[in-house]
Amino acid sequence: MNLFIIKCICVYFSGIGFGLIVNLPHRALNVAGITATLSWLVYYVIINTWGGLGAPNFFGGLTIGLVSVVIAHIKKMPSILFDVPGLVPLVPGGQAYNTIKNFALGDYQVAFNYLSEVVWIAGSIALGFIVAELINKIRIKIKYLPFGWGK
Amino acid sequence: MADTATRQENYDHLVLNTCVLAGRIMIESGSEMSRVNDTIMRIAKNAGLKDAQVYATLTGIIMSGGVKEVGAEVGSIDKRAFDMEKVAKVNELSRAYAAKKIDIYEFRDDLIHIDDLVANFPLWLQTLGAGLVSGTLVVVFQNNLPDFWITFIVGMCGWAVYYFLNIYIQIRFLSEFLAAVVVGALALIAVKNGIGYKADDIIIGGMMPLVPGIPLTNAVRDALSGNLISGPARGIEALISACALGFGVAIALHFF
Repeated sequence: MNLFIIKCICVYFSGIGFGLIVNLPHRALNVAGITATLSWLVYYVIINTWGGLGAPNFFGGLTIGLVSVVIAHIKKMPSILFDVPGLVPLVPGGQAYNTIKNFALGDYQVAFNYLSEVVWIAGSIALGFIVAELINKIRIKIKYLPFGWGK
Repeated sequence: MADTATRQENYDHLVLNTCVLAGRIMIESGSEMSRVNDTIMRIAKNAGLKDAQVYATLTGIIMSGGVKEVGAEVGSIDKRAFDMEKVAKVNELSRAYAAKKIDIYEFRDDLIHIDDLVANFPLWLQTLGAGLVSGTLVVVFQNNLPDFWITFIVGMCGWAVYYFLNIYIQIRFLSEFLAAVVVGALALIAVKNGIGYKADDIIIGGMMPLVPGIPLTNAVRDALSGNLISGPARGIEALISACALGFGVAIALHFF
């Protein structure tokens, strides 16, 4: 439990740190950290209940996409400012490193195992983004329905 | 009569120039293509060029005004970096222009002087940010709390190397490669001297600020929005970056 709280704080600061690297505007930094924390929480809950690799990353990506679009509307800034830092805690860094390491050491079988994990995780995150964009497009369409139904 | 015609022509030229400049700044700062197209078309519509056409790729923009007297404008894009504040600033200016708070002359002036308007974070703060990313992600990915501080420092060194090489060499892949070598070497040396515990974890953390996250996200988005030129191009950019990082680490593992 203690480690969980520490991890939450860490995810928040990782979002802010990445924001500093890519030169986010000052007023977007805090929100970027919150986006990162939210998406990582979704990822964490799902990986500890359903397990697997695909579902947690898919829903993590979906959360980033939806949250960043909502915040972009509120703050009147481009949504890309918020989804880049949000992505950082989901990146399959460990697996990617193990792929490279095992290729370098000559264990091609192990390397390919890790590589397929990397591809699978990256694909799931991308799919989450796609679905988020789809939901957003539907939301915009609904706004133009008659009698103000979408409101 | 002829006077008004020339004035209109000059005005159209100015609008085209502003549009190309705005698009160029956005692509150079790492925005996705659909946003670039959207912004350019919005500026053109607001300025009265109803039939404007734009063709934007990762390395250049071609734009025509759709009026008879004015031809097309070409803007070339040589280098790309990540500067989200510039994207936000262009967006803000375009909104202000749409709301008629500024006119096209002010707009163009602001775009030309965007480097003075947009403040970069100072180097020490960027380096601190890189350290934050590295240190915290070791805890998140590997549950490795004891290695937090050494990873923090290794990440900062890696980023500093990347930053300075980027200024002097100006080949991004090469500076990524050398930064990865430094990260790997520092991690292995730290573990050998008993400062760190797990070299693998420290390397994973130290690499995180260098990982091509934005090109990958943009590649997926561009490809999905139907831009089949820029999507794969960005994908290749990300792939080369990843390979450079990988080779760097592999060399460090081999020699240290």
